[in-house]
Amino acid sequence: MNFVLPEIDLGAIAPQLWLTATAILVLMVQAFVPLVTSRSLALLSIIGSLLSLVATLGLWGQEAVLFSGMIALDTFSLFFNVVFLLGAILTVLISVEYLEREQIAHGEYFALVLFATVGMMIMAAGVDLIAIFIGLEILSLSLYVLAGFMRQVLRSNESAMKYFLLGAFATGFFLYGIALLYGATGSTNLDRIFLIAGERGGWGNVLVMGGMGLLLVGFGFKVASVPFHMWTPDVYEGAPTPISAFMSTAAKAGAFAAFVRVFLYSLPGLAASWAPLLAGMAVLSMVVGTLLALVQRRNIKRLLAYSSIVHVGYLLLGLLSGGTEGGASVLFYLLAYTFMQVGAFAVVVYLGGQGEDDLSLARFSGVAVRHPVAALAFSLFLLSLAGIPPTAGFVGKFYIFSAAIQAGHIGLAVVGVLTSVVSLYYYLGVIVFMYMRDPVDLPERRPSAALVTALALAVAGTVEMGLFPGSLLDLAQQSVASLLGS
Amino acid sequence: MEQFFFFLFAAGAVISALLVISRRNVMHCALFLVLTFFFVAAIFVLLKAEFLAAVQVLVYAGAIMVLFTFVIFLVHIPRTEKIRQTFRQKNLALALGLLLGLEVAYILYGTMAAPASLPAAAPVGAVGNTESFGVALFTRFLFPFEVVSVLLLAAMIGAIVLAKKEIDR
Repeated sequence: MNFVLPEIDLGAIAPQLWLTATAILVLMVQAFVPLVTSRSLALLSIIGSLLSLVATLGLWGQEAVLFSGMIALDTFSLFFNVVFLLGAILTVLISVEYLEREQIAHGEYFALVLFATVGMMIMAAGVDLIAIFIGLEILSLSLYVLAGFMRQVLRSNESAMKYFLLGAFATGFFLYGIALLYGATGSTNLDRIFLIAGERGGWGNVLVMGGMGLLLVGFGFKVASVPFHMWTPDVYEGAPTPISAFMSTAAKAGAFAAFVRVFLYSLPGLAASWAPLLAGMAVLSMVVGTLLALVQRRNIKRLLAYSSIVHVGYLLLGLLSGGTEGGASVLFYLLAYTFMQVGAFAVVVYLGGQGEDDLSLARFSGVAVRHPVAALAFSLFLLSLAGIPPTAGFVGKFYIFSAAIQAGHIGLAVVGVLTSVVSLYYYLGVIVFMYMRDPVDLPERRPSAALVTALALAVAGTVEMGLFPGSLLDLAQQSVASLLGS
Repeated sequence: MEQFFFFLFAAGAVISALLVISRRNVMHCALFLVLTFFFVAAIFVLLKAEFLAAVQVLVYAGAIMVLFTFVIFLVHIPRTEKIRQTFRQKNLALALGLLLGLEVAYILYGTMAAPASLPAAAPVGAVGNTESFGVALFTRFLFPFEVVSVLLLAAMIGAIVLAKKEIDR
């Protein structure tokens, strides 16, 4: 029996290997080193992430398909690796203080964050639906546990339970879609699916269409777009706040990476069929998300959850516009969004207080008096989320809408601009509370060095991407060009 | 002959699946689920996929069902029988279910009407079913096979974190 092992190029998956090794190391250190503090474990996780980042940058510019057509090494996946690692590092930084405050400072937390990041990287690099699926599952499983990490808190249990049940359903849809595509094309490889779907796609081949539709549902759930968004506010509200930040940025970027690769790279031949569906999802996400965010006063985390749904609408619009421009606008926006959203959650972590039993907007009254720097940073992030120049959010939205107009989706771009205008109302609402109301009794507290670092990074990123977007946009365009081969 | 057995097993699978969701006693549901798994395994045998049939019996009918029964033992059954199921979205679910059924029927019909659109089935190799499965696992699918270990590790850690009584630290 002939048995030829495929070529194994471990150097090409060095970023994933560094992270996996670090995660295992964190677990080992926690188990065998007595009295190790959670701070040193966090530091270890960050060092591992930085090593992975170095490995990612070292691979920059290389192109290869590895492991008998399972994963690709291209600028597209490397760009996403940077986004994921950034999200992970920021998340770990804002976790340190939170975990100690909530008394859940265990090493498993950091290990699971790192495992989730590995899953995202595999999703972004996967050029076979099997690899993408396994990456997605690593990500999802880690997130289910992280969402329920505060085991003594009912909200957290509810969050994990909801996310797990609905996530399991979404996984079912996704897997069924893969099965149908496999049935129609005889392969799970994206290149093969591209060839056959382009040749024999269309409504004549219902199997391909069914598979595509089910994949769309699966992705729609994972990125939390309307009408697959119902879980988002409850899960973000109940999960530990740094994990809400992680879920709404890096995890979403992971799902979008696979989304872009499958739909723009593998199924562009069927664009005539998926474009209307995607347009519907984009419009619904923008409009429904905005309307529901308007009435969120009870909990800032729910407000940010609904606002994240609106941002998914914008990202879907970029995806819909397609081509290098549309794809690049998605990549750029995901990076910008990581900075501003994690930044906003970092301020929530800082001001939350133990137990976070009250996160209503009223609690943020007069924060500017006691914590002027935090209030200023929060305002910056909120204005960036709303898309006010000169912030990253403005530039990101600008690129998305101009890509949409170039692709001829003028109506959708108008909806996008209108919802951005309306969204100003609820973002400014928070700022009004912070600056124009009398201060409430907020306990005095000093932020940890880690939290300050995270805030500084997020502020720097938000401002830098707003003022000098050129080089990063070039990079995003190169990445998508490397994917689409144009 | 083969077709006769296929329809026999398929009908058996569907009927026992219906019984799974319609019995009140959870234990009965679980046992009918085992039956469903066995019928599906039989269909795999008809398709000459002996390895899948064996896995179906070992993993699903074996391991997963043991898990189910354990959970059922832990739950107080007489009490669960008294709980009335509330199902307020019955009509909506019925309509959507019908719609989904029509879609599936359409897909089936469209596929059968144009069999040329389907790729040829992979030939069952001269070497055994299990052997070719193993070779595929260690050559073409080596990467997913190895990466699943990360998935399992994350799942294990997660389960321990959530279930452990007291994390002393």
